[in-house]
Amino acid sequence: MIEINQLRKSFGKLDVLKGISTTFEPGQVISILGPNASGKTTLIKSILGMVIPDSGTILFEGKDTNIDPYYKKKIGYMPQIGRYPDNMKIGQLFEMMKDIRKEKALDEDLLQQFDLPSMFNKPMRTLSGGTRQKVSAALACLFDPPVLILDEPTAGLDPVAAEILKAKIHKEKEKGKLILLTSHIMSEVDELADQILYMMEGQIKFNYTIADLKDITGENKLGKAIMQYLKAETYVESN
Amino acid sequence: MLKVTKYVLHDIVRNKILIAYTVFLFVLSCCMFYLDENPDKAVSSLLTIINIIVPLVSMIFTTSYFYNSYEFIELLVAQPLKRTNILLGEYLGIAGSLTVALIIGLGIPICMYALNPLALTLFYTGILLSLIFTSLAFLCSVATRDKAKGMGLSLLIWFFFSVIYDGLILGILYSFSDYPLEKTVLVLTAFNPIDLGRIIVMLQMDVSALMGYTGALYKTILGTNWGIFISIAILLVWFIIPLLVCVKIFKKKNL
Repeated sequence: MIEINQLRKSFGKLDVLKGISTTFEPGQVISILGPNASGKTTLIKSILGMVIPDSGTILFEGKDTNIDPYYKKKIGYMPQIGRYPDNMKIGQLFEMMKDIRKEKALDEDLLQQFDLPSMFNKPMRTLSGGTRQKVSAALACLFDPPVLILDEPTAGLDPVAAEILKAKIHKEKEKGKLILLTSHIMSEVDELADQILYMMEGQIKFNYTIADLKDITGENKLGKAIMQYLKAETYVESN
Repeated sequence: MLKVTKYVLHDIVRNKILIAYTVFLFVLSCCMFYLDENPDKAVSSLLTIINIIVPLVSMIFTTSYFYNSYEFIELLVAQPLKRTNILLGEYLGIAGSLTVALIIGLGIPICMYALNPLALTLFYTGILLSLIFTSLAFLCSVATRDKAKGMGLSLLIWFFFSVIYDGLILGILYSFSDYPLEKTVLVLTAFNPIDLGRIIVMLQMDVSALMGYTGALYKTILGTNWGIFISIAILLVWFIIPLLVCVKIFKKKNL
């Protein structure tokens, strides 16, 4: 569904992505992991066309994303830090998104579950970080898009809201959607994802299903399995 | 594109700076026309003020508004919209609201007190200046990521065109005073939108006779219909080129 070929990007002298190639297919829940500043968010933003790559191509359903922006209709994006116009009220924001995308709201589950309609009159600038996250999550799912891109979805959410969101991700996965997510919470990744794309210094270190990774390393916990894998890797490299 | 404009306008209507600007222009123009019995004199006083205020407010307002709506632009870029349309939509909203402010603040008093070709010339050069400096401010804001840098750059551009440029021309005139420089100065002036706007209005007045030989030359070259057409064309170029460059940069910008 999404095909990335030799993607490169540098900001000034800093090489953030050094030739990434991979494909994502529908029905997969892929977790993009990696240390801080390994290029995860830049990769996501390149897929969304917010960052323009220096070279390489991204194909969405076979079409180059650089040419036509309408593929974004099929993507719901939840940013790491949701930033919205200060003067706008929550209700206006939802109305505006419907108007701009010329679509009707197809999926208001999260909107209702997070009890957002009761806050429709609050301006965005008065919202706490957690509420902003709720708004972002509800917006990402609003148009029932076949692809969901979630950048640290549960960071800043209270436990109840986090559970609601996780249940929603499960539900969307059952529908056969492609879901890309980044997270630093290993238990969450273990619970939600079935594949891991591990990035390091702008390159893909490995790309395995969670089951395979656990098999290879013989560890039961995902966090430990990754550590084990990386250790073995460095051991092989140094010899 | 128009949808983006709609939401920009929706936000800008409540902007206090824009309202203050409109009221200030309105009160100023009314005072000038009211105090001076001769409306032509009032126009010449207004010309001086408009030539400073309009570019300054257009630049500062646009730059600060652009940086404040950065989140909005980020939000839109992740939606199925063309980047060109997002930027032009923003431009239309901001430039449109500044134009409306000028229509209310200057256009209405002109209609009330002095509806003549001279005052109308002042009015449309004012609008062209708003458009030009809004597009220059867009260029500054898109080219720099840092708000302070963008603001500094736009202030510098304003200062350059309203103060430094004239000084440079005077310097050239003074140091090469032995040579016939009229045509050179004429060309140099055309490169400064503020000066050009001023000359277009001045040529409609009787005072142009007082500008001596240079004034006479301006009158013979720019005073004709052809000359006015060319000077308006130059002003339009001043407004379109920065906007095109700005779109080009924005298409490649990382958000």
